[in-house]
Amino acid sequence: MVLAAADRAAVRALWKKLDGNVGVYTTEALERTFAAFPSTKIYFLHLDLNPGSAQVKAHGRKVADALTLAVDRLDDLPSALSALRELHTQRLRVDPVNFKLLGHCLLVTLARHYPGDFSPGLQASLDKFLSHVTSALAPQCR
Amino acid sequence: MVHLSAEEKEAVLGLWGKVNVDEVGGEALGRLLVVYPWTQRFFESFGDLSSADAVIGNPKVKAHGKKVLQSFSDGLKHLDNLKGTFAKLSELHCDQLHVDPENFRLLGNVIVVVLARHFGKDFNPDVQAAFQKVVAGVANALAHKYH
Repeated sequence: MVLAAADRAAVRALWKKLDGNVGVYTTEALERTFAAFPSTKIYFLHLDLNPGSAQVKAHGRKVADALTLAVDRLDDLPSALSALRELHTQRLRVDPVNFKLLGHCLLVTLARHYPGDFSPGLQASLDKFLSHVTSALAPQCR
Repeated sequence: MVHLSAEEKEAVLGLWGKVNVDEVGGEALGRLLVVYPWTQRFFESFGDLSSADAVIGNPKVKAHGKKVLQSFSDGLKHLDNLKGTFAKLSELHCDQLHVDPENFRLLGNVIVVVLARHFGKDFNPDVQAAFQKVVAGVANALAHKYH
């Protein structure tokens, strides 16, 4: 399943605008996820989760790199994200519902920082993109 | 029942006091219909929903969004009895409107996104966390009378 052309264009345009700052927003999205959905913290007991934590920032950068990879490889997400899928399903054994929670918090973060750009159409495109990423990371995807 | 600390309650009610309920309602419902198009199934009598612009500009969407958010606003005055407050609406949505309760959760999250868009920096992680508890509580209350 691939993202429609209009959605891809919207996501790519936004990513261009975010430039090198994707990590800032994914870090904030992680902080929001931990605050709003405390059960997500169980996957990060080895990290300092206090606000401003350097470890959360480092993880935010990893998430940013993965999403940027996804934006670059929209025509073949399952293959592009196969190593991450294996990591999250086999080693980390993350319940996929948590990817949705992080995705929601990323939308909240982007709405907060880019209110003028965050049109309903862009929100729809981003939501679909994040759903595709979530599917590509899920165990059922082969 | 929603368990909010005194600070969370203050944060929620404080922010809500600055919300233009009519505008935010129309925007939230409009975004729900655009981002999750299957929700349009409940609004076939609303006329033109053929594009994002059509949805957002649709006067029936705006009017209904206003109604929905006013109801949500009432809920905020009764955070310790959401189930009682929304009992009649829960019955209506189940018995007459046949709305899948998952849609209440989707709308709750759209309201959170709209609040973030409007309040920016003020909608920090702790404020969001408090609102997530509220929208979850309202969604559960609306689903409570389903059978």
